[in-house]
Amino acid sequence: MRVSYKWLKEYVQIDVPPRELAERLTLAGVAVEAIEEPGKDISNVYTGKILKIEQHPNADKLVVCRVTTGGDEELQIVTGATNVREGHIIPVAVVGARLTGGLTIKKAKLRGVESRGMLCSGQELGLDPDTMPEDQAHGIMILPADTPLGVDVKPLIGLDDAILELELTPNRGDCMSMVGVAREVAAIFNKPFKMPETDVAPTVDAAGNNVKVDIEDPALCRRYVARLLKNVKIGASPAWMQERLRAAGVRPINNVVDVTNYVMMELGQPLHAFDYNKLKDGHIIVRRAADDEAMLTLDKSKRELSSDMLVITDPGGPVAVAGVMGGYDSEVTPETKAILLESAYFDPVSIRRTSRDLGLRSESSARFEKGIDLTGCRRAADRAARLLVDMGAAEVVDLVVDNYPRPWIEKTILLRPQRVYHILDLQIPQPEIADLLIRLQFQVKEDEKGLLVTVPGFRPDISLEIDLIEEVARLYGFNCVPNTLPVGSVTQGARNYSQELALKIRNFLATGGFSEVITYTFVNPRVFDLLGLAPDSQLRKTVALKNPMSEDQSVMRTLLYPGLLDVLQRNAKRQVKDAAVFELGRVYHPREGETLPLEVTTLAAAVTGSTPGGWNRSPVTMDFYYLKGVLDALLVQVGVNDVSYVPVTGAPGFHPGRTAAVICGETEIGIIGDLHPDVQEAYDLSRPVTIFEVNFDKLAGVSGNLRRYKSLPRFPGVERDLAVVIRNDIPCADIINTICRAASALLQEVRLFDVYRGKQVEKGRQSLAFSLKFQAADRTLTDDEVNKQIEKITGALEREYAAVLRS
Amino acid sequence: MEDKLNSILADAREALAKTNNLNELNELRVRYLGKKGSLTMVLRGMGSLSPEERPRVGQLANEVRAEIENILEQRLAEIKRKVKSAKLAEEKIDVTLPGTPFLIGHKHPLTAVQEEIENIFLGMGYSIEEGPEIETDYYNFEALNLPKYHPARDMQDSFFISPEVLLRTHTSPVQVRTMERTVPNLPVRIIAPGKVYRRDDDATHSPMFHQVEGLVIDKRITFGDLKGTLQVFAEKMFGPKTRTRFRPSYFPFTEPSAEVDISCGMCDGKGCRVCSYTGWLEILGCGMVHPRVLEMSGYNSEDVTGFAFGMGVERIAMLKYDIDDMRLLFDNDLRFLAQF
Ligand SMILES: [Zn+2]
Repeated sequence: MRVSYKWLKEYVQIDVPPRELAERLTLAGVAVEAIEEPGKDISNVYTGKILKIEQHPNADKLVVCRVTTGGDEELQIVTGATNVREGHIIPVAVVGARLTGGLTIKKAKLRGVESRGMLCSGQELGLDPDTMPEDQAHGIMILPADTPLGVDVKPLIGLDDAILELELTPNRGDCMSMVGVAREVAAIFNKPFKMPETDVAPTVDAAGNNVKVDIEDPALCRRYVARLLKNVKIGASPAWMQERLRAAGVRPINNVVDVTNYVMMELGQPLHAFDYNKLKDGHIIVRRAADDEAMLTLDKSKRELSSDMLVITDPGGPVAVAGVMGGYDSEVTPETKAILLESAYFDPVSIRRTSRDLGLRSESSARFEKGIDLTGCRRAADRAARLLVDMGAAEVVDLVVDNYPRPWIEKTILLRPQRVYHILDLQIPQPEIADLLIRLQFQVKEDEKGLLVTVPGFRPDISLEIDLIEEVARLYGFNCVPNTLPVGSVTQGARNYSQELALKIRNFLATGGFSEVITYTFVNPRVFDLLGLAPDSQLRKTVALKNPMSEDQSVMRTLLYPGLLDVLQRNAKRQVKDAAVFELGRVYHPREGETLPLEVTTLAAAVTGSTPGGWNRSPVTMDFYYLKGVLDALLVQVGVNDVSYVPVTGAPGFHPGRTAAVICGETEIGIIGDLHPDVQEAYDLSRPVTIFEVNFDKLAGVSGNLRRYKSLPRFPGVERDLAVVIRNDIPCADIINTICRAASALLQEVRLFDVYRGKQVEKGRQSLAFSLKFQAADRTLTDDEVNKQIEKITGALEREYAAVLRS
Repeated sequence: MEDKLNSILADAREALAKTNNLNELNELRVRYLGKKGSLTMVLRGMGSLSPEERPRVGQLANEVRAEIENILEQRLAEIKRKVKSAKLAEEKIDVTLPGTPFLIGHKHPLTAVQEEIENIFLGMGYSIEEGPEIETDYYNFEALNLPKYHPARDMQDSFFISPEVLLRTHTSPVQVRTMERTVPNLPVRIIAPGKVYRRDDDATHSPMFHQVEGLVIDKRITFGDLKGTLQVFAEKMFGPKTRTRFRPSYFPFTEPSAEVDISCGMCDGKGCRVCSYTGWLEILGCGMVHPRVLEMSGYNSEDVTGFAFGMGVERIAMLKYDIDDMRLLFDNDLRFLAQF
């Protein structure tokens, strides 16, 4: 909503400059988003009259004008404009003038002819061409013929005004009008408020004129006022009205249309003017459209209607989509001689649905949607009639139909001053509360329980006591409420177990060299093809958005790691090729028979490339074993016991020979592996990638095992190295298991420290070197004891794997 | 004999003074004091001395031995000192060479800011509640006093899964779920952080973003408590000099409702580019829980009151780190993330 500061003064006395007014409105809940001062940069532009127009001697597209600005001196000005005629009064920027955009007017020669000034278009004066009459939108601005010459043009065309741009909240439909804003201003500054003139005296007898209004669906149309005007003379509206419409951002069209728009801006009541002679029998029928009905609207579009939509019809068919847009066939034209003014109340929800379904938002629908003043329909019709009469554009017929099947129900609300205190923590005396509400035009009566407050028709948003408390608070000033802190029982603020765990994991990975990423949870379903998922894969069963922004963001992810691959890809394109990243977020799986899908919090990490090297360290490749080491350490850190990795083949997206299920105790919590080379290629990644993806909720379930102190050894241990040559397809974990089973409890630690494949061992075999640590709690072990253990171990390895001891 | 002893001492003195090396020093010790050393040899000849001479020579011999040992010790200490300082000199390194790279990672700035917000409210006795990101229309709208076709639904253009299921447009449904679970117990004192979704995508909007909402319900919660709480939050989050300003606004689930501005930290409220020359920065919306919302969740709105607030984590992160394009936060450029 654009509010002209000058126009506003018609209804309320304002003693503060626009900036302060804006501030006060904002702090009372009518937010002013911006203040526009269209004439701020403009100076030395005066009214002038074109005395003579001659062709430019050297240019076809230019003319030379002789212009007077009232004095004796005539100015010679060259212009390319084609819409000016001799006798026109126009804005003249004289030498030294400043125009919008910092343009300064200097004496100039145009194709050899001297030009001392410029004729101005509205745009050059900072006006929006969309608010100019169509014939002037792209030409010189033509001022009314009675405009005095040589005067500053700024006050004449509203360039001395300030426009407050309001950003209204949806509950304050009443402020989508000048009088609504004026009421607020009056309440804030405690000034009287003046309603515009609506008295109108009919001059044409009703006899012989027919107006009838039938409302078939009073739930959707609670009131319909129809007012007939005759002897209509269509023409331009007066300059003052055009200026105000322009300030409001509305293009002047003709006097009738301008008056309906003007009254809408002034009172907030949308009006529509039908060409009365194009309405059959002067008979208006308000009804729901039929499902197969269609009509041509003002903008010449054919609109398919449905039974959810309310239409205005005559006996011949629809003439308007109620509250949204008028029909083309009953439009006011230059030939119109009589008009029927509609001033109605349509149901907000119905208008909202209709305008949404038709994709048609208008100034009118925007007001109906928020609920207009049901009690004000008649007044608005009268106001429009009065304006048309005042400007000599029509005569009023003594015929008004006010069909009002569902009248406004007066609301009286009890407001307890104690409650004001309870909610706001403000001890405002009852009379002061009453005064604040009276300033907002509520009617207030004292009662033993408090105040009985009657809500005016223009405030349909008020229906509860709390609504009134808010009114009191905003007018009193939110910033006058003292700051306090809640009292009452003390609560302990703490993260719960899984929140604490999430924090721990983030801390661990971030300090461990991983950067956390946050990717969109909606993905392109094409991702599943990139990963090579089978057509019937469960992971393709997604929660899909009905109205995505784009195909790229159309289904909710079922896996976390593809988001990380996107991140690696994007970074690789920017020459960042070494990366260790993680994300902790949810994946989403539809559930049969449940309204809401399953949301599984998931942790994924990906590494590629190598750690940074330095002058004294070589870079370490971040491969499977690097990431596995990270995961191992992470699991220890969060108190997981008993982790094992079981080879997995055929996990979608993963390398068949380099992937393992991560198992904690009995629970499979996730997967770790190298990205399948095909997927790596599909993502255009030049280097291998290793990933883990872990179900966070399952991880939480197996984590948090208590750490218990184990007494420190009092007797020295014995370390022995053991190297065996063994088939290279036997998992190391199995070998270690065998070693542990074969040895007694004296074996405290098995550590693999070397893996060798190559010339020294035959093909298909590898050499594994373990460091074994033996220790007893109660004595120093003898060589003999340790040797026996080693024998058992080597025996078992020979038996089970045909391992050969390497010396 | 006495002469011999004296000359051994003089000899030793000279030899020891000359040497600069531990091996030589040892050799000299052997040469003079060893089993076959010159002093020992002389002493072996003591038997040929007369009984009167013996004690005198014996004493002299002891004195000579003691003196040589004394000199040896001194020399040993000196040489050791020299060797050590030579070694230290050799061990000198260039301390300006770069250190061994320590691989550090980074929390996402949104996580870092969210944790900071959480910690402030944890310190004030709030607990953290979570809820589904995919919600029913009931929890996202209806139970928050936003019936179907309510014009305020326009403020939150939603992603729909079905007519009744959508991506939550705010974390407020968590408030409703928490109240339903807690009623009739008091107090409720929670924050609800998490992802939310709206159909918007430009430099200041992202279709997915993060909110932290707060809810306090108790017997006697006032608008003043809301103001005081958010003032404390603003000071902890943006510095002790931060001021707050409450502007009346409208949210269907709170009344009275307010937008909260903080004084611009860049210009101290004088006006600058960051605050669009207003001196104020809008950071959150809040209000007293609407009685209808309390009633729908089972509380008696005559007996209990509450306040709620909600803030965008992105907005706060952008203010805190002076980030001018929200899309950077979801681009995950590692060079960007490494700055936090
Ligand atoms: Zn600033």
